[in-house]
Amino acid sequence: MAKQHKAVALISGGLDSLLAVRVLQEQGIEVEGINFYTGFCVEGHTHAIRNHDKEKKKRNNALWAAEQLGIKLHIVDVIEEYKDVLLNPKHGYGANMNPCLDCKVFMVSKAVEWVKENHKDGFDFIITGEVIGQRPMSQRKQTMPIIAKESGADDILLRPLCAKNLPATKPELEGWVDREKLYDFSGRNRKPQMALAKEFGFTDYASPAGGCCFLTDKNYSAKLVDLWKGRGSREYEMDDIMLLKVGRHLRPKPEFKLIIARDAGESKFLQGYRKQFITIQSLSHNGPLTLVDGDINSTDFELVAGIVARYGQGRDAQQVEVEVSVPNEQAQTFQIKPLTTEEVLEEWHV
Amino acid sequence: MSEHNLDARRMLCPMPVIKTQNKVNELAVGDILHVVCTDPGVLSDIPAWARINGHEVISHQENEDEITITVRVGS
Ligand code: SF4
Repeated sequence: MAKQHKAVALISGGLDSLLAVRVLQEQGIEVEGINFYTGFCVEGHTHAIRNHDKEKKKRNNALWAAEQLGIKLHIVDVIEEYKDVLLNPKHGYGANMNPCLDCKVFMVSKAVEWVKENHKDGFDFIITGEVIGQRPMSQRKQTMPIIAKESGADDILLRPLCAKNLPATKPELEGWVDREKLYDFSGRNRKPQMALAKEFGFTDYASPAGGCCFLTDKNYSAKLVDLWKGRGSREYEMDDIMLLKVGRHLRPKPEFKLIIARDAGESKFLQGYRKQFITIQSLSHNGPLTLVDGDINSTDFELVAGIVARYGQGRDAQQVEVEVSVPNEQAQTFQIKPLTTEEVLEEWHV
Repeated sequence: MSEHNLDARRMLCPMPVIKTQNKVNELAVGDILHVVCTDPGVLSDIPAWARINGHEVISHQENEDEITITVRVGS
């Protein structure tokens, strides 16, 4: 009996990877999915944190896609390794802090490793949902061979949705996959994908506007750059990545910033950081829990207490009682007049 | 069959799912894993992950701040 060739698919949770897998399944190819978690992925987090999102259905799109396809999904934590991709991208950044081309190379190279490890179980090629011309940075005709080459995947990387626009790969040349039944999509027009989704009966699929991660988001990128600037170093930890997604960020002095919860859900989430950060909270009125990130001098406690009071229900009061707690120290309280809207300077907002 | 515990508190999805997956990969078929979490996202993500990969969620308990999900390892 002919050997059954299996593929591993990079699953982002978006429509393209969903279609790419189904196209191969239609040819009888067995596929398993792999999803890389860089820490910046759009999945879940803010849903879990913010109040008003509570009603929205929470789902992890990669898991959802795998379930639709009936395939196994391996989620891989690449947080540590991804740091080097983000900090030193050989091909630079896209419109924001997104190093898309290096990111793709990295992910495909991780998939190459996975294929090597699982070759004994019949895995011998990789598929992605990439479409030529779809994304300005990573999905251009010139970048397709770069990804294949730099990742070490070479001719075992197949893009079923645009394969007909690219040279034939090993799975096609060896006849494991019928090239005629692959596609020639290109450009930003999503209509062909939508038509194919309809043909396959996919509805309710995710279609993230910018990309698969927060690094394509302008505000998020600005906060990340501000964090690095504030620290004088481009180091980051998982907690930093998370905290950039939470709250209102204000930097009244270069050495520290405030992370002010925007609702009860965020306040609750920030509670979990009380042991690591200086926290500020109004006692006399309801108000947001606030973390201080960076080095703050105790002479600035009154300033930050006044800022935090401005964001609570006591904003119009003459005086608000505000507590500043330094981990492992006695909390200090201040009777303070909240800052006015004008006194909270525009340039403080990150 | 053996029982195991995993502390995934304060982790946000998909980290609890990844930790569960990695732990389950070390266990034997039929083993039981109790995962304690704080992100309510796990209520949909861990069952979805289990269905996809052939494991079974046999119970989940919620109290005010913590959720415990019990998984039986499949093949
Ligand atoms: S959007 Fe983010 S995850 Fe997607 S390719 Fe770009 S950097 Fe990578």
